[in-house]
Formats: sequence, structure tokens, C-alpha cells
Amino acid sequence: MLSEMSEMPNAAAAYPRMVRPLSGRVVAGVAQGAAAQLRLDPVVLRLAFVLLTVVDGLGLVAYAALWMFTPKEEVKGRTPARDWGQLAAYGVLWLALAGFAWLTGASSGGGFGTWSIAVGGIGTLILWQQADPGRRQRWMSGAVKQVSTTWVRTGIGALLVIVGAIGFLAASGELAKARTGLVFTAVVVVGMLMIAAPWLASLVRELQRERTERIRQEERAEVAAHVHDSVLHTLTLIQRNAHDPREVTRLARSQERELRNWLYQPKQDADATLAAAVRRVAAEEEDAHGVQVEVVCVGDCELNEGLVAMLHATRQAIVNACKYSGAPVVSVYAEVEPDEVTVFVRDRGKGFVLDDVPEDRMGIRQSIIGRMERNGGSARVRTEPGDGTEVMLTMKRER
Amino acid sequence: MKTVRVLIVDDHRLFRAGVRAELGPSIQVVGEAEDVDSAVAAIGELQPDVVLLDVHMPGGGGQEVLRRVLGSGSSVRFLALSVSDAAEDVIGVIRGGARGYVTKTISGPELTDAIIRVAEGDAVFSPRLAGFVLDAFASTQAPPIDPELDSLTQREREVLRLIARGYAYKEIAKELFISVKTVETHVSSVLRKLQLSNRHELSRWATARRLV
Repeated sequence: MLSEMSEMPNAAAAYPRMVRPLSGRVVAGVAQGAAAQLRLDPVVLRLAFVLLTVVDGLGLVAYAALWMFTPKEEVKGRTPARDWGQLAAYGVLWLALAGFAWLTGASSGGGFGTWSIAVGGIGTLILWQQADPGRRQRWMSGAVKQVSTTWVRTGIGALLVIVGAIGFLAASGELAKARTGLVFTAVVVVGMLMIAAPWLASLVRELQRERTERIRQEERAEVAAHVHDSVLHTLTLIQRNAHDPREVTRLARSQERELRNWLYQPKQDADATLAAAVRRVAAEEEDAHGVQVEVVCVGDCELNEGLVAMLHATRQAIVNACKYSGAPVVSVYAEVEPDEVTVFVRDRGKGFVLDDVPEDRMGIRQSIIGRMERNGGSARVRTEPGDGTEVMLTMKRER
Repeated sequence: MKTVRVLIVDDHRLFRAGVRAELGPSIQVVGEAEDVDSAVAAIGELQPDVVLLDVHMPGGGGQEVLRRVLGSGSSVRFLALSVSDAAEDVIGVIRGGARGYVTKTISGPELTDAIIRVAEGDAVFSPRLAGFVLDAFASTQAPPIDPELDSLTQREREVLRLIARGYAYKEIAKELFISVKTVETHVSSVLRKLQLSNRHELSRWATARRLV
């Protein structure tokens, strides 16, 4: 970002913006400004303008265009006067040339010399305008978004016009006569394209650079917002709770999980798909109980009524493991197969004897086994004192 | 039991110090390296039994180290150790030649076990890696090009499923009524398939997973 910002002044220095100096001007300072831009003697350009004005009046048009598009140089104090002597000299020169041209018929147009001068003149105009990146940027900034479609449209339009013109000429039997003219036009167009090519290329490069920069800035803003909202906040909380190792672990763990999800997990809707929902349930219970819950999911599917019931049973199994097993880690494994969904909740805690669990304890019998069976699934609990507990939930998938 | 000589490659100095302190007495840390170049140099010089390899590092990361060291015909064994859970990192580093992948949250004793296992030529699969492998092989619908390499056997699938459920090798052996050695053989065979299968789906799956 910084390095790219600093490029701008350099670029401006390499391409000084063209201005019309008022001191020493003959008409409006166009030739002088352009000469400074091209590092030529202004006399050369003045002569060129005069010459081009004799040929088809092109010099006049070019001069007018540059006059319009070129700002005048800022001057302090009194505006310097025009150099009337020089103006008179160029006027006389123009009269002489025009007279000569009229007498010899060289200015009637169509001659090779005329056309090459015309092509050169147009090319020079384009190159001059190219010399000011700032203006170019301003001109294009409004059109940036439409550039590609504009090109396509222009291309199609040009093609249509050419096809239409050739068709018309062919139909009226004029094609053979017009061929020389067409070849000529093609040469001119190609010439112009050659001149404009570096400009177009640099334009495209600049647009791409701008776009990359914008995307980068947006991403940076998103990361900054995220870091601010979650990471910094958690770090503050950790400092405040430094005396409570359990709370510190819980905070660090929940922040780690959140960052991981943000960085590595595909964006999923926890209300719609099983894997995301299982991860969310595990995360919530991990936060609530301060016990690490490791989740592995294989495959995924849309949630339905049966699977929501399965999620509740999963939550209950995780809660039981966190609260009663004494194990530091609870493993949750969910697998979606073509015809059924299976969830395992396992801990390496102290385990228990299933038959010793009183009838009125709702956790396992009602919230896990009962709920699964009511919804067309099944639950199996495997446990032994000292050997941990594993709850296996199975639900058939509706085809 | 002879001690296992280990080189720790990680760009975080604090983390290297932490791992060094946590490893059991059967592990001897012979050196540390903090980027790709110094890692490649240290491996050539020290010839450790096992390299603990960080996945994200300046200069190309763990995969670049694997490429340069294994590409030169070395038989050093690698255990990837990373904070990343991204499937493309996990699958990428395994396909690059690492014999195992564990996350940095692993406890000291578990890491010690994993290092010894890798030193003995076995594979180390974390539950998450097992899940990825099951997912990757299950999601490839296309018929296998090489049936021997491109699909898992029923037994391998069972073993992976138990690893994903949080079972240790010993518990898996007990559950399936097989020996621990057989469990290790199955896991090594899955590792081989993962590394040698030329199904592009595996890599593509890992990349596409982030874009779901």
C-alpha cells in the first residue's frame, strides 16, 4: 500500500503534465507546452502546425483540441503579452504555403503524403494525452466498471458497420472501386492501434492494480474487524481472569476454535446442515463446561426432524461426558452415510455401570435413548467403570 | 529402548522451546531449524531419526522441506505438526511424504508416542486426519483407476473410523480383535494409498472443501 502510494509522485515526475506557458506564447502557448513535453524546440512544432493547417486544415483542429484539453500555466501577476511579431511571421509563412499548395493542388487530399501526415498527427495527439496519468485516471474512473462490456460492444458494433458497408458496396457493385480506400482505412486503423497499444496495455495494467489493491484493502479491513472484535476482546478477558487457570483455558480454547472456524472451515449454516450443527453443539457445551470437545465429521447432509432430535441426544451425551466422566477430552464423531447417520460421543473417563443408573435419571434413558427411539433411531451406551463411556446414536436417512 | 533423535523445525522459537520441554526422556532433540533452508541443511548434517515439521513456514513451508529432502533420496521420517486444520494442508503434507499429522494442541506424552511410532516406521493419524481420509475416499464417486490404491478396504475403513472416534491403537486392536501390529499395518497401508494414489480427486477434494 505504502510503496504503491509513493509511486505516484515518481510517475508524475516522469510524465510532467502538459501546460500552456503564457510567457512567450504566439497564440495560446500550445506549441510551446507541447515542445517542452517532447523536449523539442517550439519552432519545430509551430512549423508543424502551420504545415498541417495547409494540409486539410488538420493542424487547426489539432491545435484547437490541444488548446481545449491543456490547462494553462499558473502565472502570478500580470499576464504576459502575446508575441505578435512571431505570430505575424507564422501567418505569412502559412499564407505562402497555402498559396503554393493551392497552385500545385497538393492539398486536395488523398495523396500519400497527406495521409501519413494525418496519421502522424492523430498518433501524436494520442501520445500527448497519454503523457498525463492523472487525467487519464480521471477520465477512466467513471468507466472502469463498464470497460470490458464497452470493448465487447464496440467490437460488435464495428464489425456490424464493416460488414454492412462491405455488403452495401458489394450489392451496388462498388466494391472493386472502394477497395483501395478500404485498404487505406485498414492501414490507418492498424497504425492507430499500434500507437495506442502501449497506452491501452498500461491502462489495463493500472486497472488491474487498482482492483487488486481494493480487494486487498477490503480483506484487510475484514481481518482487522475480526481481530478487534474477537481476539483482542478475548485477550483482555484473559488478562482480567489471569488468576483463574480454568477460565483462562476456556477463553483461549473458545477463541482458538472461533479463529479456526473462521480460517479453515467452509462457511456453513448451523441451522441447516448436520456437520455445522454438531460443531456448534460441541462448541457450546465446551464453553459451558470447560472440557475440550474434539469433533470430527465425515460427510454432511441437510437437517430434518429426526436429525434435530439426534442433535439433542448428542448434546445430552456431551453434557453427561463433560459433567460426570472427569475426562479432559470428549471425542465426537459424526458420519453421514448414504442410508444412515451415526454419531459417537466418547470419553476416557471413569465410566459407570449402566444398570446402576436410577430409573428417574432423565439424562441417559429419556434424553438420549428415549428420544432416539421416539424419532425412529436407536442409541447404544457402552460403558464400564474405569474404561470410559461411548454413546452411539444411529438414525436412518429418508431416501 | 534406544532414544529417538529428533529435529524440530518451526519458525516460532517459543513453540520449539515448548515442544523441547514437553518431550519424554526417550526423545533426544538434536537440533532446531526455523526455516526451509536451515531445515534442509540441518537434516543433511544431523541425520535425525524423525523431523517434527511445521506446515506453515517462510520459504515454502513444510511441503518444500519434504520435496527437497525426500527428493534427494533421504530416508528421514517426517511427522507434521501444525496449528492448521485445513484439509488442503493436512492432505498436502501427507501426500508430500510425511508419515503423520498431529495438531499443535497435542499433549506432551501423546506427541512422544507419535514420534516413537513414526521412528519405527509406522503412520500417525490424528482423529481429524482419519476423518479427512474417510471423507476424501468416500466422496470420490468416479470408478477407481487403480483399485488397489484408489479405494480403502472394509478393514481399513473400520480402523480409520475408530481413530476418528478417538480410539488409541491399543483400543482399536481390542475392539476389532486384532493385534496392535495389525492395526499399524492397516494405518500404514492407508498412508501408502494416500501418498501413492494418483487420483486427482484427493487433492481436488481437499481444495474444494474450503469453497463449499
